Amino acid sequence: MIIEHAVQIFAFVILTLMTLGGGLAVVTSRNLFHAALFLILSLAGAMGYYVLLDAGFLAVVQLLIYIGAISILILFSIMLTRGLMMPGQVQRNEQWWIAALVVFLTFVVLVVTMWQTVWPIADTEALRAPNIAIAQLGAALVGPYAIPFEVISALLLVALVGAIVLAREEGNQPARADAETGE
Amino acid sequence: MAIPLPWWLTVAAALFAIGLYGVLSRRNAIGVLLGIELMLNAANINLVAFWRYITPQALTGQVFAIFVIGIAAAEAAAGLAIIISAYRRRRTVVVDELDTMRW
Amino acid sequence: MEFIFNLTPLIPLFPLLAFAIIVLFTHRHNRLSSSIAIGGIALSTALGWTLVLATILSGEHAWAEGWQLRVPWLPAGTTVLELGFAVDGFTAAMLFMVPFVCLMIFIYSQGYMKLGQPDQDPRYARFFAYISLFAAGMLGLVVARDLVLLFISWEVMGLCSYLLIGFWSFRKADSEHHIDAAQVVRARQAALKAFITTRIGDVLLFSGIALLYSYTGTLTFRELFRPETLETLQAISLLGMPAVTVIALLVFGGAVGKSAQFPLHVWLPDAMEGPTPVSALIHAATMVAAGVYLVARTLPLFIAGFVVADAPALHWVAVIGAITALLGATVGLAQDDIKRVLAYSTISQLGYMMMGLGLGSLVAGIFHLLTHAFFKALLFLSAGSVIHGVEHGAHIAAHNGHGHGEHFSPNDMKIMGGLRHRMPRTFVAYLAGALALVGIVPFAGFWSKDEILAEAFHLWRADGTLNLPFWVWLAGTLGAFFTALYMGRQLGLVFWGEPRHAAARHAHESPSSMTVPLIVLALFALLFGFVNAPFLGNPLHHLMGNVHEVSEVVHAEAIPFNPTVAGISTVLAVAGLLLGWSLYRNYRAGQVEPFQAALGPVFTVLRNKYYIDDLYQWAIIRPAVWLANFCFNIDDRWIIDPFVDLVGAAGRAASDIARVLDSGVIDRWFVEGTAQLFNAAGRWLRYSETGHVQNYLLVVAVTILLLLGLYLYF
Repeated sequence: MIIEHAVQIFAFVILTLMTLGGGLAVVTSRNLFHAALFLILSLAGAMGYYVLLDAGFLAVVQLLIYIGAISILILFSIMLTRGLMMPGQVQRNEQWWIAALVVFLTFVVLVVTMWQTVWPIADTEALRAPNIAIAQLGAALVGPYAIPFEVISALLLVALVGAIVLAREEGNQPARADAETGE
Repeated sequence: MAIPLPWWLTVAAALFAIGLYGVLSRRNAIGVLLGIELMLNAANINLVAFWRYITPQALTGQVFAIFVIGIAAAEAAAGLAIIISAYRRRRTVVVDELDTMRW
Repeated sequence: MEFIFNLTPLIPLFPLLAFAIIVLFTHRHNRLSSSIAIGGIALSTALGWTLVLATILSGEHAWAEGWQLRVPWLPAGTTVLELGFAVDGFTAAMLFMVPFVCLMIFIYSQGYMKLGQPDQDPRYARFFAYISLFAAGMLGLVVARDLVLLFISWEVMGLCSYLLIGFWSFRKADSEHHIDAAQVVRARQAALKAFITTRIGDVLLFSGIALLYSYTGTLTFRELFRPETLETLQAISLLGMPAVTVIALLVFGGAVGKSAQFPLHVWLPDAMEGPTPVSALIHAATMVAAGVYLVARTLPLFIAGFVVADAPALHWVAVIGAITALLGATVGLAQDDIKRVLAYSTISQLGYMMMGLGLGSLVAGIFHLLTHAFFKALLFLSAGSVIHGVEHGAHIAAHNGHGHGEHFSPNDMKIMGGLRHRMPRTFVAYLAGALALVGIVPFAGFWSKDEILAEAFHLWRADGTLNLPFWVWLAGTLGAFFTALYMGRQLGLVFWGEPRHAAARHAHESPSSMTVPLIVLALFALLFGFVNAPFLGNPLHHLMGNVHEVSEVVHAEAIPFNPTVAGISTVLAVAGLLLGWSLYRNYRAGQVEPFQAALGPVFTVLRNKYYIDDLYQWAIIRPAVWLANFCFNIDDRWIIDPFVDLVGAAGRAASDIARVLDSGVIDRWFVEGTAQLFNAAGRWLRYSETGHVQNYLLVVAVTILLLLGLYLYF
C-alpha cells in the first residue's frame, strides 16, 4: 500500500513537472515551433494524469485527438505562416507584465478557495472501484446524452465546413494569387 | 488515493493560469491558440478529478470531458482557419497588427 | 390482430406527411396538392376504421385497458421525456369520427375553393397544406398516450386555427368578388382574437401540466389516474385546496379556451371569417372537440377533486357548461349571419358536452361530441353550399345587369329566402342537420342530448332536492327549446318565403364534389345516434364506459331511457321549431323581425351578444390601448417632449441673450469650449478602444478576478 502510494506520488510529481513545465515553456518560448512541441509535452502530462485518475479511455482520447490531431494541425499552421515570426523576435506584447500580475492574482484566489472549500469526497468504498467500462461510456453517449452528443457532432461538422470556407483559396482574384506567389 | 483532491485542483489552476497568461501576452495568434488549448486542458483535469473523487460511479464527468475535447477540436479547426485566412489577407499573424476595429 | 395497433402512429403521420409534401414540393400544382391532402386523410380514415374494428373485436378487456406504445423522445441526462401512443375504447370512438369527418370536409373543400375554375383561390394548395396539418394535430391528440403528445398536438392545432381563420387576410379587396377591405381586416383580427383568446387557456393548461409533472413525475394518463397517484395529489395542499383540484381547474381552463366556453367563447363566432370548410373543421371534428376531449380524458382528475369535500372542480365544469349552453342558444336567436347562428349553436352544444362531463358521465359528453361532429359538419358544409350558391347567383345577377353595384353580404340570411326550390339537395342536407341538432327522433342529436338530460334528471331525482343537477337539467331543457327556436327561424329565413335579393333569386345548386359529402354526412346525422341507442343496449357505453376503470373513481353504467325527459324535450323541440318556422316563413325584406317585435329590448341585448365582446373591449382592450397611449403621452406630450421643448426654449433665450452680450465670449467659452472639452475627452478616451483583442481580454480577466474576489471575500 505504501509502495503504491509512493509510486503514485512520484508519478504525480513527474507528470506535474511535465505539464506545468511544458506549459510554461509554451507561453514563454521565443520560437513558436518549440512552443508547439512543448505543448505536446504538456498534453502528454495531462494524459498521464488521466491514467493516474483511472480514466483510461480519456487518456487514449487525449492521445488521439490532442496529441495526434490538434497538435499536428497547429504544427502545420505554424509552418504555413512561417517566415513572419523569426526566432529570436520579441514574442510578448507590451501588456505582458499586467497580464502576469492579473494571472498570478487569479491563481492565488483560485488556490486559496480550493484549499478552503470542504469537498464532498465520496466514501472510500466507492473511491476504490471507479472502473467504468468503455461500453458504459458509449451507451451513455447514445443514450441519456444523445442530444448533447448530436449537438457536438453538428458543431464539429459546422466547424469543419466553416474552416474549409475560411481557409479556402479564393480563386480568380489576382490580388490573392499575387499574395500566394509571394511566399 | 495518495494525492488529495486539492492538489489536483491546484495543478489544474496553475495550468489554467499559465494558459491565460499565454492568451494575454502572446503576440503570435497561434501562440494565443496554444494558450487556449492549455486552459481547456486545465478544465478537463478538473472535470476528471472531480469525477474521480466525488462521483466515481456516475458517468457525467467523463462524458463532459469528452465533450470538452470535441469542442476543443472544433475550436482549433475554426481558429486555425481564421488565422490562415487572416494571414492570406493581411500577411501577418501578429495579433497587435490585426486591429481594424481600432479607433 | 395485435400487430395492427403498431400502425397507430401512422394515423397522424399521413396528414402530416401530406402537409410536408405539399409545402415542400407540390405547392405549385393545385390539383396534385389537394389530391395528396385527400389521399393522406383517406389513408388515415382507412387505418383509423381498421383500428376501430380491431378494438371492437378484441373484447372488453382491450376496450378498457387498450394498447400502448412508448417512445423515448428527449433524453436529457438522467431523465428521458417520453411520449407515446395509445388506443382504447374511447380513442376508438373518436377515431371513428375524426378522420372521416375530416375526409368529407377535405373533399368538399375542393369544390368550395373552386378547383379548376377561373376564380379559384390563389392560395389553394396552401389551404390544403394547412388543413392537413390541422387534421394531423387532432389525430395526434386523439391517439396520445400522455399529456406531452397531447399538448404538442394541441398547440399545432392552435397554430393552424390562426393560419386558417386568417386565411383570407391575404386577399386583395375586389369589388367584383364582393371582397371589401374591411372584410380582409376582419379576417386578420379574427385570427388574432382566436389565437390570443385560446392562448389564455393554453397558458393555464401548461401550468396545470407542469404542476402535474412536478408532483407526480409522469404525464402518462394511465399512470396519472392510478388511485395511489390521485390520493397523493389529493393529500397535497395548494392555495388552500387539494392540488388535484387546482390542476383540474387549470386543465379545465385550457379546455374553456379551446372549446369556446364562457367566458372565453368570444373567438369562435369571429372565426367565421375563415373559409367555410375551416369553420366546419374547427366546429365539428377538431379544434373545439379537443377541449371536450381533454376534459373527458382527464376526467379522473376532476372526479378525484370532487371526492374530497369542498373542492368541486367537477361542479365548475357543469356550471360553466350550463351557462355556455344557455348563452349560446339565446344569442343564436338574434343573429343574421347564417354562419354566426351556427357558431353560437356550436358554443351552446359544447356547453351541453361540458354539462355531461360535469355530471361525471364520460359517455354522455362524448356521445354528444360524436353526434354533434357529424351534424354540425353537415350544417356548416350546407351553409357553405348556400353561401356558394348565393355568391354564384350574385355573379349571374350582375351579369344580367340587375342588382349590381349595391353592396351585400352573401352570408346574410335576410337576403335569402325560398332557396329550397333552387338548392334542393342542400336543402335536404340542411334539414337533416337541423333536425339532428334540434333533437327530433330518430336523428342523432336526439339520442345524445337526451342522454345528457336524462343523466341530470336522474341525479336530481336520486337526491330529490333542488340541487345542481336540477339546474343543469333545467338549463339544458330550456337550451333545447331555444335551439329549436333559432333553427326554426333559420330554416324559415333561408329556405322558405320569397327571395329577398337578386343574388338569392339566381342562386343555384353547388357542384357534386360539395353535395356528395353533404349527403353522406346527412346519412350519418340520421343514423349515428343508434350507436348508443338504449333499445340496442347502449353499445357505446360498453365500448368506452370503462376507460377510466384504472382510477376506480369513474363509474359509468348507462342511465335507463327516461320517457319523461325525452317527452319534455321532444315536445319543447317540436314547439320551438314550429314556432320559429311559422314566424319567419313569410318574412319580407325590411319588415321588423318577429322576435324583435315580441322581445323588444331583450332582443337588442341578444343581438349584441350580451355585450360580452363590448365588455372585453371596454375592460381589457381599452385599458391596454389606454396604457399604451399613456406611455406615448408621457413620452410625447407630458414629460419628455415638453422637457425637450423647454430645453429648446431655454437655448433660444440663451442665444437671445448671447446676441445682446458679446458673442465672442459665448463663442469662445461655451461653444468652442464645449466642443474642445468633448474633443479632448474623446481624444483621451479613444485610447481605451485599442482594437487589440488581448487588451479586451485583459479587461475581461481583471473584471472576472474582481467579481470573484468580491463574491468570495465580501
